Amino acid sequence: MSKLLERIKAGEILISDGATGTWLQAHGLEPGGCPEELNASRPELIQQMAGEYFGAGSDMVETNSFGGSQYMLKKYDHGDRIEELNRLAAEHARAAAPNGAFVLGSIGPTGEFIEPMGTATETEMFEAFAEQARGLADGGADAFCIETMSDYGEISLAIRAAKETTGLPVMASMTFDKGPRGYFTMMGITPEQAAEQLVEAGADVIGSNCGIAIEQMIEIIAKMRSATDQPILTHVNAGIPAIEGGKIVYPDTPDHMAGQMQQMVEAGANIVGGCCGTGPDHVRAFVKALRE
Amino acid sequence: MAELSDIQNDFIRQEIEEYIEREDERQRIIDIFARVSPAMQAIGAAIVDGQHETADELTKTALEEGIEALVIMDDGLIAGMAIVGIKFRENFIFVPEVLACARAMKYGMAHIEPILAASGIEPIGRVIMGTVKGDLHDIGKNLCIMMLSGSGFEVIDLGVDVSPDDFLEAVEEKDAKLVGMSALLTTTMPNMGRTIEAFIDEDLRDDVMFMVGGAPVTPEFAEDMGADAYGDNAVECVDIAKRLIKEISDE
Repeated sequence: MSKLLERIKAGEILISDGATGTWLQAHGLEPGGCPEELNASRPELIQQMAGEYFGAGSDMVETNSFGGSQYMLKKYDHGDRIEELNRLAAEHARAAAPNGAFVLGSIGPTGEFIEPMGTATETEMFEAFAEQARGLADGGADAFCIETMSDYGEISLAIRAAKETTGLPVMASMTFDKGPRGYFTMMGITPEQAAEQLVEAGADVIGSNCGIAIEQMIEIIAKMRSATDQPILTHVNAGIPAIEGGKIVYPDTPDHMAGQMQQMVEAGANIVGGCCGTGPDHVRAFVKALRE
Repeated sequence: MAELSDIQNDFIRQEIEEYIEREDERQRIIDIFARVSPAMQAIGAAIVDGQHETADELTKTALEEGIEALVIMDDGLIAGMAIVGIKFRENFIFVPEVLACARAMKYGMAHIEPILAASGIEPIGRVIMGTVKGDLHDIGKNLCIMMLSGSGFEVIDLGVDVSPDDFLEAVEEKDAKLVGMSALLTTTMPNMGRTIEAFIDEDLRDDVMFMVGGAPVTPEFAEDMGADAYGDNAVECVDIAKRLIKEISDE
C-alpha cells in the first residue's frame, strides 16, 4: 500500500494545498491564459507555488495540470505537448516537496460529453486521460487527484485510465450544487450515489471539491460518509465569489474556514484543503486549527 | 378551467401528476394540454420523454395530415418543452435528460423550420451567443443554444473566446438585438462588462439587450456590469430571451 494511504489508514488527518488558479492569477497569469503552459515557460514560478504550499504546511500539493488533457490543451494549440506539460507539472511540485510529502497529479474535466449526449467516444476519452496520467507519473506524481467532475461516465474513465496506466493511487472528487431537491452534480448525481459509484469505479479516495462554501461542503461530506468507509478528501472554495469595486473577491477568510475544519473532520473528511479563492494563508490556518 | 382528466394522453397526465407541484403551473400546463389535440399531446410526450425518433415521425405525420407547422410547433413541441423546463428547474431531471429532450425538439423542428421560413414567418427572435474573450468553456453556452433553437429562436453562435469587437461586428452584420454572453472562469467574467462597455463606446448600447450566465456569474454581478438579464440555466435562458425580445419589440 502507498505511504499516503497508509497514513490515512493509521487515522491521520492530512492537509492538502490551496487553489492553483487563484495563486497563478495573483502572480501574473493572464485572464484566459493557459496555466499548464507556464510549466514550460515559467518553471521557477510553478516551483515557487508548490514551495509556498509545502511551506505553509501542506502534506501534499497538486500539480499545475488541471486542464492538462488533450481536450483542453488543444484549445490553446498545445495538443502536441501533453506528455511534456504534465511531466513538467509533476517535476516542479516534486522539486519543491520536502521528504515524505506527496505530489498529487491534478486531472480536471475534458469539457466534453460522451456519446450519445456529446461527441467524445469512451475510447478517445480514456486515451486522453491515460496520456495525461503517464506524463504526471513520469514527472514523479505519487497519486492522482481527479477533480471537479460531474459526470459518472467521465470520472470512471479517468479513474480507470489513471490506475491501469500507472498503478498509482487515485483520488476522485466531484462537484455538487445545491438545488431545490438537495445536492446534485450538474449531471444529477447525489453525494451518496457518488460515494458508492466512485468506490465501485476503483477510487482509493473519494471526495468533493469546488462549487459551494464550507458550510454546505460539511453537509456533502457527511452525506458521502454515510455511504462509504473509504477515505474522503475535500478541497473547499473560499466561499462564493462576489464583486467588490470591479474585482472578484472570495469572502471566506482563513480563520472563518479554519474555524469549521474540526467539524469537517467530524463529518468524515480524511484529507482537507482549499479550492478556488484559497491560498497559503488558508493552509496555514487549517494546519493551526487541526494540529495545534 | 380544464381538469387533468380532460387530457387524453396517459404519459402527459402522469408527468403532470408526478412532477408539477406548483398549483399555478399545474393549471397552466393542464390548460395547454387539455386544449390541444391528442396528436399534439403525443408530440409533447415524445419531447418530454426525450424520444427523438418518435418526435421526428409524429411531426412528419402531423404535417402530412395537414396540420399547420406553427400549430405543431406551439401545441406539440413547445408545449412539451414547458414540462421539461419545470422538471429541470425542480431537479427532477438534469443535463443528460435535458439534452435528450433538446435533441427530440431538434428533430421535430427540422421539419417545421423550412416550412416557416418558406412562408415568410420570422423566427421569434435572433440571438448572438458566445463565451467571452479568454474563456474556452462552452458546455453552458451550447446547452443554451440547443434550448433557444429548440424554442424557435434563430441563434448565431460565435463560439468561444469572443472579443468585444467580434460581438460588435456580429450585432451590426446580423442586425441582432439580443446578445447572450457566457463565462465559466472568474478571471474572464469581467470581460462581459468590457464587452458591454465596448458597445457603449460605439454608441450601440441602446440598440441591444445583453443576457449573461455561467457558473460564477450571479444576479448581482450581472447588474454590476450593466447587463439586462441574468439566467441561472439553459431553460431560464429561453424565458429571459423571450422576455427581452418582447421588451425590444414593445419599445
